Amino acid sequence: MTEMSKIDTRALLADVTEFIWAEGAMLDAKEYDAWLELWTEDGLYIMPMGAGDDYKNQLNLCYDNAKMRRDRIGRFQRGFSISSAPPAETVRTLSRFRIEAAEGDLITVSCAEHLVEDKFGRQRIWAGNALYTLKVTDGGFKLHGKIVRLLNSDGMLNSFSYLF
Amino acid sequence: MSLDTLKFSDLDALYDEENALVATSMYEDPDLFAEEMEKIFKNTWVWVAHESEFPDKGSFKLSNVGLEPVIVVRDRKGVIHCMVNRCRHRAATVCEVKKGKTSSFQCPYHGWGYGLDGSLRALPYPEQYGDDFNKEQHGLLKLRTEAYNGMVFATFKEDIEPLEEFLGPAVCRYIDLFMKQGGGFPVKVLGEHQFSVPMNWKVQLENTTDAYHFPIVHKSFMQTLDGATEEMFDFLDKGRGWVEDLGNGHSIMMMIPELEDLDADLDQPIPERFEELAAEIRAEGYPEDQVKKIVRAVGGAGFNLNLFPNVSFSLAFFRVLTPINVEKTDIRHIAIGMDGGPDAANQMRLRLHEHFQGPMGFGSPDDAEVWERVQRGTKGGETLPILVNRGLVDEEPGPTGPRGHISAETGMRAAYKMWKRMMSK
Ligand code: FES
Ligand SMILES: [Fe+2]
Repeated sequence: MTEMSKIDTRALLADVTEFIWAEGAMLDAKEYDAWLELWTEDGLYIMPMGAGDDYKNQLNLCYDNAKMRRDRIGRFQRGFSISSAPPAETVRTLSRFRIEAAEGDLITVSCAEHLVEDKFGRQRIWAGNALYTLKVTDGGFKLHGKIVRLLNSDGMLNSFSYLF
Repeated sequence: MSLDTLKFSDLDALYDEENALVATSMYEDPDLFAEEMEKIFKNTWVWVAHESEFPDKGSFKLSNVGLEPVIVVRDRKGVIHCMVNRCRHRAATVCEVKKGKTSSFQCPYHGWGYGLDGSLRALPYPEQYGDDFNKEQHGLLKLRTEAYNGMVFATFKEDIEPLEEFLGPAVCRYIDLFMKQGGGFPVKVLGEHQFSVPMNWKVQLENTTDAYHFPIVHKSFMQTLDGATEEMFDFLDKGRGWVEDLGNGHSIMMMIPELEDLDADLDQPIPERFEELAAEIRAEGYPEDQVKKIVRAVGGAGFNLNLFPNVSFSLAFFRVLTPINVEKTDIRHIAIGMDGGPDAANQMRLRLHEHFQGPMGFGSPDDAEVWERVQRGTKGGETLPILVNRGLVDEEPGPTGPRGHISAETGMRAAYKMWKRMMSK
């Protein structure tokens, strides 16, 4: 593990922030093919429920490996899913970035996510804590893990036709 | 009072049983909704919990019976109680923890303390109530509570028939068959997805017994399945299944008849999609017959058993509805697995559940969308009926009640018949 004190955290923070903002913009614009390209093949996109972190052995909102991500995007794009044709529009902000760890070629970043969705002229607001694991590659960062824990994640929600 | 009653005296206009037509106001009238909460939800057995959700002495969970918040709890002797979550002093809820373990419930306002059976145990400074204050008269309001094969129901109607009688032998048989997906282990709740939908509760009641929508609404889910599974879910084209009225508003929708009894034909080869799982379970040392049983159970049962008024045993999970107001209903999709079974089997069940169910599933959001569209659609054409007459033409008497084509609306007719019976009392 690289000691945090030896990393130029300021520069790194600017880099990861830029990457995560670009990812957020992609999701708002529903540029899903580009979003899929951001991932490592063995990366996991998880939206857990409640406080637990044994994701494999607990019920999550989603627990997506590469195949599930592709299937999910395919479902959004093919036009047969009534809830995503048309989907809700979204605008999100990501902030309160903090580098939690930098280990080998993996950087863990936490941040806050606020999202407003609009469908049928009705707006809903969601907030969650996001934890990104970014992999440093020659071509820049790759998404290797993304865990978004919504407020009230194990309470009463509504269905989502987009990604957090 | 008599004026109010008059308003709903024309039940035939609300549900025309002969022609199977439902009036639009059935989804929209707030006064009718209030009446339903009294006449239906306070007068029948309502599902509140699965026993595995509060397995130990002192464990409890919060639930609802219609609009009333209740606590379901197991006392020190293991007896299950269900009581209204309202302090007998000045009405504060005595518990706001969704699930947990405790030795008593203490009201946070003035400290009245209740036992696990709801009895009032102690209160601070009792002297000011005088000598004739009777603690026994001030316990939490209790509901009659009974369970069948792990499913716990409660009712406000003290003199109702026993739960097993209300369910009837056909329903009990299907419950037993459904619970075989424990694969030889007790069935255990693994978690639940919850989402709220702007729809009347009866839109949901209809949907759990609606196979007709499946290939349309769930096309995008079907497209993510492997060939064999997609073939299995193609129950409408194959058309070998059926829907049957099981009495008291209950119904069965048999989508995949070969999966009615999970223990039948266990010597069949393991399907390709389960081979990896089978290998993992084998590696844990399970003998081959148990491997086959567990693997078969992982895929779930082949039917939806719909119980009036609020729970459905749906293929591989429980679906529970809670009415909130005339145009809002909360839905719970409860994931189940094998208590003490192999991790790999439970993991697969969890992933299969996530695949279809809940706010991010490949199925539920599309269901939620069409349910909401029904509620939105009823804003127009107030005088037009809602048709639940599909399959009347070729419905035949089944072993328990009318039996129709797999896509028939027989189950909805069963539910509305019960609705009418209860509303006319
Ligand atoms: S309201 Fe519960 S003790 Fe007063
Ligand atoms: Fe559905």
